[in-house]
Amino acid sequence: MAITREEVLHVARLARLSLPETEVERLREQLSAILDYVKQLDQLDTRGVVPTSHAIEMGTPFRDDVVEPFGDREALLANAPDRQNDCFRVPRIIED
Amino acid sequence: MANVPVHEWTLLEAARRVREKEISSRELTGALLARIEALDPKVHAYITVLPEAAAADAAACDEEQAKGALRGPFHGVPIGLKDIFCTRGVRTTCGSRILRDFLPPYDACVAEKVLGAGAVLLGKHNMDEFAMGSSTETSFFGPTRNPWDVSRIPGGSSGGTAAAVAAAMCFAGVGTDTGGSIRQPASLCGVVGVKPTYGRVSRYGMIAFASSLDQGGPIARTVADAASLLGVIAGYDRRDSTSLDLPVPDYLAAVERPVEGLRVGLPKEYYEGDGLSPDVRAAVEKALNALTDQGAIVVEVSLPHTSFALSTYYLVAPAEASSNLARYDGVRYGHRAEGASGLIEMMSRTRAEGFGDEVKRRIMIGTYALSAGYYDAFYGKAQKVRTLIRDDFMKAFESADVLLTPTAPTPAFRLGEKMDDPLTMYLSDIYTIPCNLAGIPGISVPCGFSTEGLPIGAQLLSKPFREETLFTAAGAIERALPLRRVAPLEG
Repeated sequence: MAITREEVLHVARLARLSLPETEVERLREQLSAILDYVKQLDQLDTRGVVPTSHAIEMGTPFRDDVVEPFGDREALLANAPDRQNDCFRVPRIIED
Repeated sequence: MANVPVHEWTLLEAARRVREKEISSRELTGALLARIEALDPKVHAYITVLPEAAAADAAACDEEQAKGALRGPFHGVPIGLKDIFCTRGVRTTCGSRILRDFLPPYDACVAEKVLGAGAVLLGKHNMDEFAMGSSTETSFFGPTRNPWDVSRIPGGSSGGTAAAVAAAMCFAGVGTDTGGSIRQPASLCGVVGVKPTYGRVSRYGMIAFASSLDQGGPIARTVADAASLLGVIAGYDRRDSTSLDLPVPDYLAAVERPVEGLRVGLPKEYYEGDGLSPDVRAAVEKALNALTDQGAIVVEVSLPHTSFALSTYYLVAPAEASSNLARYDGVRYGHRAEGASGLIEMMSRTRAEGFGDEVKRRIMIGTYALSAGYYDAFYGKAQKVRTLIRDDFMKAFESADVLLTPTAPTPAFRLGEKMDDPLTMYLSDIYTIPCNLAGIPGISVPCGFSTEGLPIGAQLLSKPFREETLFTAAGAIERALPLRRVAPLEG
């Protein structure tokens, strides 16, 4: 199933990936080929089949809702690409 | 053993010799660091080598031992970790530009356990970016080469770990396996690789690719080494909500058990395709004969949905990846694009600059498969087919204790051979992927060489939490087929 250029750009927006013009057509072709391949699953009748999200059956694990402070605050902040005091600085969020 | 060079000792042999003070950890670690310095420029198995830290840690091990204290079963023995396991204060890249300078503030559970057992960390192994690849060519840091033939790939995504173990640049390592990423490189590099049952090894601090499929596991030169290392890293961890609270058996004891009466299933679908190389077919046959010679019984089994596994995997894994990789937004850590005027532009450019082609391709597929209007047709459908694939295995295990298959359809291919054709590359994992979808454990054990002298591995699969059966069968194959495990590579 061929996907369109517009679909590629839409999905890239959803995924927060800016695509240079040169990559759009190449990705469109590669994604179309992969989607063509995976469409073989339509040959299977899966009515009534329960979907698997976890291969190993287990119950929902519970734990007490207790806050556990992380000991090394500075090690966390030291990875910040842009830091102001104890905050992560980012470009403007709200447009004028 | 007197003439075996230090670096060729097994993990267990090295641990015993340190414990019995035949060699110091300093001397042992020094020998391996020298080996890395001489050989790694050719192989590029390491993204980061830690000569000072490893030497210092080895010295500390020696001092503690002089006072009568041993840290654990691997006291003073140098090992390596795939660069997907967070190591506190030691750069952890996941093979990606986006994490090029990331310094984790904590250790992964696997790192804690391996270091807690006394191992000395030599460095972090190269890998396909975010574990997405079958050749280690998608690493931002450049490809790893196969130590048996440096014009060829080592497999992937744990190609750095498999190559480092095969080139004797560490006594063992821990990799991760989402669709074959431990077993396929182990096969292509002539070493042993184990994908444990999902939930057996904690994923805490292991950088996520596809959370319902990812498992960490050992890569080593012998079945016994792999068994002892799994014994160290397996076990319950409350920080991973999918970790299972089951006792860890004595895996090492399983290696020597007899295989008499063991029912070995041959899934016919794995032997039918024309993609299986004649050399691989012949080598796997030798592995089968090794088992039947020792009294194992052959049973024919069928896994009728095998041909749908690759499609299922290439929807489930990218969908989970697209969600997991949403966290790389340039805000709290990792690469950030310069000069963006707004937040969304910053994130979109950061991700475009930080991720390589294969990662972008999978994020795009996964986002598409999860997007409005397509979810049921793609992701929902794949999850249902996943059930059928899992049911196939459970049915096969009613008549077989273990399944024997090739690990990879061909020996190692050449660098660059499959990089332009994603679908052909994906076929390298055709025999390993179903195991991850079913959550069951698997092992790759060396069983021969191709006519060109390249290693070939046989894969064994068993029921969930029956890793012991895998070690028993792999041990029997190893005893019957003694094969060179260290690649003949000169510095």
